[in-house]
Amino acid sequence: MSKREEVMLPINLNTNRFLNFSPIKKYEKFMRFLRGIRLPIIILLGWELSGYLGFVSETLLPRPTTVFQKFIELSISGELLQHFLISLRRSLSGFFVGGFIALVAGDLVGFFSKAEQSLDPTVQMIRTIPTLAVLPLFILWFGFGEFSKTLLIAKASFFPIYVNTFLGIRGVDSKLLDVAKVLEFSKWKQITKLIIPSAMPNILLGIRLSLGAAWVALVGAELMGSSEGVGYMIVDARTFSQTSVIFVGIIIFALFGKITDSLIRYFEKRLLKWRDNFQG
Amino acid sequence: MTLLEIHKLYKTFDTAKGKVHALHDINFQCKKGEFITIIGPSGCGKSTLLKAIAGLDSTYKGNIYLDGSEVKAPSIDKGFIFQEPRLFPWMTVEKNIAADLPINKVEIKKEVERLIQLIRLDGFGTSYPKELSGGMAQRVAIARALLRNPKVLLLDEPFGALDAFTRSHMQEVLLEIWQENRTTMLFVTHDIDEAIYLANKVIIMSAKPGSISDIITVDLPFPRKRSSSSFQEIRHIILNKFEKVDELELINSAGI
Ligand SMILES: Nc1ncnc2c1ncn2[C@@H]1O[C@H](COP(=O)(O)OP(=O)(O)OP(=O)(O)O)[C@@H](O)[C@H]1O
Ligand SMILES: [Mg+2]
Repeated sequence: MSKREEVMLPINLNTNRFLNFSPIKKYEKFMRFLRGIRLPIIILLGWELSGYLGFVSETLLPRPTTVFQKFIELSISGELLQHFLISLRRSLSGFFVGGFIALVAGDLVGFFSKAEQSLDPTVQMIRTIPTLAVLPLFILWFGFGEFSKTLLIAKASFFPIYVNTFLGIRGVDSKLLDVAKVLEFSKWKQITKLIIPSAMPNILLGIRLSLGAAWVALVGAELMGSSEGVGYMIVDARTFSQTSVIFVGIIIFALFGKITDSLIRYFEKRLLKWRDNFQG
Repeated sequence: MTLLEIHKLYKTFDTAKGKVHALHDINFQCKKGEFITIIGPSGCGKSTLLKAIAGLDSTYKGNIYLDGSEVKAPSIDKGFIFQEPRLFPWMTVEKNIAADLPINKVEIKKEVERLIQLIRLDGFGTSYPKELSGGMAQRVAIARALLRNPKVLLLDEPFGALDAFTRSHMQEVLLEIWQENRTTMLFVTHDIDEAIYLANKVIIMSAKPGSISDIITVDLPFPRKRSSSSFQEIRHIILNKFEKVDELELINSAGI
């Protein structure tokens, strides 16, 4: 009996946890980082070199070092931080408003088919309207102020979360629902122990897509009409042909987008470590 | 003492090709603590019968009584083990066993730990289902049902997807659990040897319409030896009952 048992148990799965700290794993992580950073470095070097050798004009394409200098300059003057904080506040407030309503609405249509029938067709219709196309309308109605910007960002961040929450709730495995029935789960336990965890991958995906959409809408809103924020900084720099400032703005957008995305991915890893998917 | 009574059970499915008589006049009784196996060719209504007893399907004619009261809906009185483990992938082994019950309560935690030992998965309490083999996962499913202290455990070909080696190991585990907890078992299988090895009584079903053709009592003491002559004798009796069905169909339906 016990002999059989030995064969049955795969050589202890728990060792996985310790592998994280072994030097081999660390080395592998470092190599992965290197592979990721290789291409950007080559591009930057080429760019710097072509500017240095005078292949392209500095006004059209300033060298990375010039951009970096500008970045330091703007950081020290405090200008950059001020614009950034304003953009951040805008995108976050829009994201939270839109995202929260989306979570509530997505749950409603997910759980109640009557709510789905009366709400979803309208929502789907509005979804097809491009966000940037309604921007002039918002400006006309609500002016250039913060309200129309928040509204625009909220609209953009609403749909990914709404659609994915709905999909996630409806995607619950009916076989597991049978298990919940046999185990006599209460309605509340069915939601907290079965439906929400099973919808979580979709909800997190929705949040990630939604943050990206919020970011795009923010740039749109700030480019169209604004007197502060990173988007404004870019437009303003264009009028004075300060190409390096434009680059600084773009880099800020890119950096921040990447940081928020990594943050969500981190949560995904923590919350969804139970998943058994293809890892590449 | 009768625990489970099935009385004149009929079930028909209306399909595009006409009526399918999945269950036709099913009658049997199951004593407390008894181990009953149900065997029959594919499509003879074994799963349909088990689902009706579990309360997962109540669109049948006839009566099912558990401990004197009629079965209407699923409940934790009737543990159900599906063909696949059906664990919640986002819960660890111990949380899967506890499921909707609070694992941080001392009594529940203790009982879960006892069950983990019973199914011999010590040390896997905090593993996720993806880290388990099929047999290990099925053992967790059994522990999950046992934690609710069911009056009867309904098992629908629980070891059907396992290789022969793991399967015979699981049979040992199940017998051990049965001897320790004295849980009444109703066990559906395709495998004649498995049916005899485990049971006090083997119910033989036949198809079209799905009905009971025989009930055979197995009076062998545990632990049983598959190679013993008395075991083989019963095996022959059952095989003879399948004259009409012939063994080939049984083998086909087992998906071998
Ligand atoms: N939902 C359904 N709709 C229509 N017919 C069904 C349905 N479920 C089962 N049947 C029919 O009822 C009969 C019995 O099915 P059941 O699943 O109970 O068989 P089984 O004995 O469990 O077979 P197996 O050993 O292959 O699992 C079959 O002929 C099947 O075609
Ligand atoms: Mg079946």
